[in-house]
Amino acid sequence: MAKSDRRIDIEDINGVTVARLLEKKILDEANIDALGQELFALVDKDGRKKIVLDFTLVEYLSSAALGKLITMHKKTGTAGGKLALCSIQKDIMDVFKITQLNKVLTLCKDLDEALAKVE
Amino acid sequence: MTEPVEFEATIRSTLVEAQAIQERVVREMEQLSFSARDMFALRLAIEEALSNAIRHGNHQDDSRQVHVSCRLDDQKVRVVVTDQGDGFDPAGVPDPTEDEFIGRPNGRGISLMQTYMNICEYSDGGRRITIERDRNSLLPHKEE
Repeated sequence: MAKSDRRIDIEDINGVTVARLLEKKILDEANIDALGQELFALVDKDGRKKIVLDFTLVEYLSSAALGKLITMHKKTGTAGGKLALCSIQKDIMDVFKITQLNKVLTLCKDLDEALAKVE
Repeated sequence: MTEPVEFEATIRSTLVEAQAIQERVVREMEQLSFSARDMFALRLAIEEALSNAIRHGNHQDDSRQVHVSCRLDDQKVRVVVTDQGDGFDPAGVPDPTEDEFIGRPNGRGISLMQTYMNICEYSDGGRRITIERDRNSLLPHKEE
C-alpha cells in the first residue's frame, strides 16, 4: 500500500505498537471504513496485543469514527490485549467525555502514559 | 452588521453529498469569523443530522432526497434537515451513556446534537430536525 493511502503510521516501541493517526479530520465514510480496516488488521491479521493510538494530529473525529474505536477496543480485549489512546486534542476529548466513552476506553495524556498503561 | 447568508440544497441520500453540505457550512462560518469551537460543534451536529436523515430516515434509498436549509448571521447558525422517511419518535431512542448501550458502536448522534446545539428540535413526525448554535456558545457543558 502506498504511504499516501495509509491512515496510520506504525512504530514499535519496546514491544508496543504505536499507531499514529495521520488524518487531521476523520470525516467521510470511506476514510472511516479504511481507518477501521487498518486498525482491525493490527489485531486480526498481525496479532498485535499492546496497542497505542496516537491522536496528536487529529483535529476532528466523527461519531462514526468513535464506533470504530469501540470495535477496536472490543477486538483488542477479546484477543487478550490492551489498547490506549493518547494525545487527544481538547475538542475531541470533550466528545469522549460527553459520550462517557472515557469510562470505556483508556485515554491518556501523552505517549509515555499510554505506553505505561499497555505494558 | 453582516448580511445573513442563506442557502438551500436538496441532495440524494449519499454521505458524499452530505459532506459537501457540511464543508460549505463550515466555509461560510469561517467567512463570518465564527470560532473554531463553534465550527467543531456545527460540523459534528450537521454530520449527525445528515447521517441520520440518510441512513435511518431515507434508508440510503437513492430515490429519496434530503432537503437542507441553512442560515448564518452574526449571531448564530441554523440548519434544518428534512428527510423523506417514515419518521420516528426521538423520545424512543435510548440514552447512549447508559451501561446497557455505552459499548455500542453507534447511537450517539442525537445525544451529541442536543449537547452541542442551543436548539435541537424534531418536527414533522421526526422527519425534520432543526439545529441552531449561538455564536460563542458555551456548549457543551460536561461533567468533569
